[in-house]
Amino acid sequence: MGSMAQSSGFWLMKFAKFQQARNASILTSLPETHELLRKTCRDFAEGELKPNASRFDKEHLYPKDQILKMGEIGLMGIVVPETLGGAGLDYLAYAVAMEEISRGCASAGVIMSAHNSLYLGPILKHGNDQQKRDWIQPFVNGDKIGCFALSEPGNGSDAGAASTTAVASSDGGWKLNGTKAWITNGYESEATVVFATTDKSLKHKGISAFVVPKPTPGLSLGKKEDKLGIRGSSTCNLIFEDCSIPKENMLGKPGYGFKIAMGTLDGGRVGIAAQALGIGQAALDCAVDYASKRKAFGQSITKLQSIQNKIADMALQLESARLLTWRAAVLQDEGKIFIKEAAMAKLAASEAATFISHQAIQILGGMGYVSDMPAERHYRDARITEIYEGTSEIQRLVIAGNVLKEYGV
Amino acid sequence: MSLRILVGCKRVIDYAVKIRVKPDKSGVITEGVKHSMNPFDEIAIEEAVRMKEKKIAKEIVAFSCGPTQCQETLRTALAMGADRGIHVEVSGPEYETLQPLHISKMLAKLAKDEQIDLIIVGKQAIDDDCNQTAQMTAALLDWPQATSASKIEAKDGSLQVVREIDGGLETIKVKLPSVVSADLRLNEPRYATLPNIMKAKKKPIKKLAPKDLGVDVSPRIQVVTVEEPPVRQAGAKVENVDAVIEKLKALGHA
Repeated sequence: MGSMAQSSGFWLMKFAKFQQARNASILTSLPETHELLRKTCRDFAEGELKPNASRFDKEHLYPKDQILKMGEIGLMGIVVPETLGGAGLDYLAYAVAMEEISRGCASAGVIMSAHNSLYLGPILKHGNDQQKRDWIQPFVNGDKIGCFALSEPGNGSDAGAASTTAVASSDGGWKLNGTKAWITNGYESEATVVFATTDKSLKHKGISAFVVPKPTPGLSLGKKEDKLGIRGSSTCNLIFEDCSIPKENMLGKPGYGFKIAMGTLDGGRVGIAAQALGIGQAALDCAVDYASKRKAFGQSITKLQSIQNKIADMALQLESARLLTWRAAVLQDEGKIFIKEAAMAKLAASEAATFISHQAIQILGGMGYVSDMPAERHYRDARITEIYEGTSEIQRLVIAGNVLKEYGV
Repeated sequence: MSLRILVGCKRVIDYAVKIRVKPDKSGVITEGVKHSMNPFDEIAIEEAVRMKEKKIAKEIVAFSCGPTQCQETLRTALAMGADRGIHVEVSGPEYETLQPLHISKMLAKLAKDEQIDLIIVGKQAIDDDCNQTAQMTAALLDWPQATSASKIEAKDGSLQVVREIDGGLETIKVKLPSVVSADLRLNEPRYATLPNIMKAKKKPIKKLAPKDLGVDVSPRIQVVTVEEPPVRQAGAKVENVDAVIEKLKALGHA
């Protein structure tokens, strides 16, 4: 009896040491599987996304073929278990894949991120078996994608003030009324996770989550927004007018919608942080490539201190944000609380992306201002990362709240 | 048919890297430089995997010879669909002077030991551009060879191969077992899917030393010097065709 207890303790210690070793080594290199994944995503991004990204941007084009191919590789259901047709990988793999895809095309990145984190995410966590079969299994191949509808014209950051309503029908189902705004994948999606108030008196505890198929009577789409960047991804309003859905379509328990939404966004932050890293990396690549070929005052401009200072600052911000992103992902994989870390990652990565793409244009000079070079597109793509899935201001509130809590003040 | 296919996968400097010569002119800089599988070998693996999917092949063995990092090359092959890997470890100065003849001897021995029916290799490696390994391996085994293949069809115990030759395309029939080398247009290699990357983790890689295969890898050549190609000189413009011919004659080219 005594020896058995000792041996199980022994193995627990060995496992803990292994976990420590794996986690410490994230600081220096990725595990082999993740390296292989990174390679496949990078090859795909270089071959299929990078050559087409400018065209998707100029022509406002949804990258349909590329999303299908990404589905074939397994990128449209990365953390979905294999039993439901997904790739069954972890959040670190998701972060690595998101960065490489976004480096090739930021639009493909956001389409992948919104689908994985915001649509599949909440159904995976809160859906029952039937809902997972109906709304996850057919949605992991890249041919069907989903979207997430929380924001409204009247409230973005103030999500608790949702004015879209879900009134119970006599058959046990629900009737939705209201408008959701800024919905990524609004046009191409065939289902949406939507948040509506079922009991206004309970304020944010009266919001519930639903899955609504598209198209469905009573659900119409607003005009496609004409955005500054990520123009390959469609963004529009979802307009609900007496839209009837069956009772099986409520996701999670009534009144839990706000909690589900916040939890989903926490998870989504790692994905968006990784997208920002990809945009930042692409901008840095562009800047260094140009600088190595451009001559001024008789030498390559890489020899000039001003340029070197910029490159150092850009690389430093990128690398710092990457480490924060990987740490948040690993905490998520370990099932630990990662809210503060995810907020830090998203904030750092998005501000790094805007800083890097800004400096990249500066390094390219006039060439950075024209569409012949991708620097201007990276600048436009980067900007949204500071806004969606939690503005930088909201991230600061989340971080401060958690830090103060840690101090017990 | 249920062939066992052996595929050679060489680890080379990635095609996109700007090659730089070492200051002492003894070779090119490889330290810290990105390496990948030779693109023609990726095409070879892809062809083998397609034959397995068509149930023409039953097992694919990937082979690589070189330093420890060749394991990464083999993992990529496994992630693309190979069943197991064989790594013959050679490193240091012996690796620098490794030649197609050494590799061919290893492939020939493995072909016998592992009961291989078909060897597919890339037609040449992008670092040394030798285009010799397939030919030498076939000669050592006394097997038929079909090099620079752009199409392979398996038909009752033999292969019909379309070869890209200087004059155009040549179609030949080779009996199995045989050696084939893959050319650019044979196929377009797939991206390793996530499920296959996960499966690759569990596939075995056997490690061997050259002497286990009875191959002596002591150098047969000595590298005297490695230099960059000469810097491209500026051209000259002339008025008409006659002036071009005059200029060429004056420079001793016509």
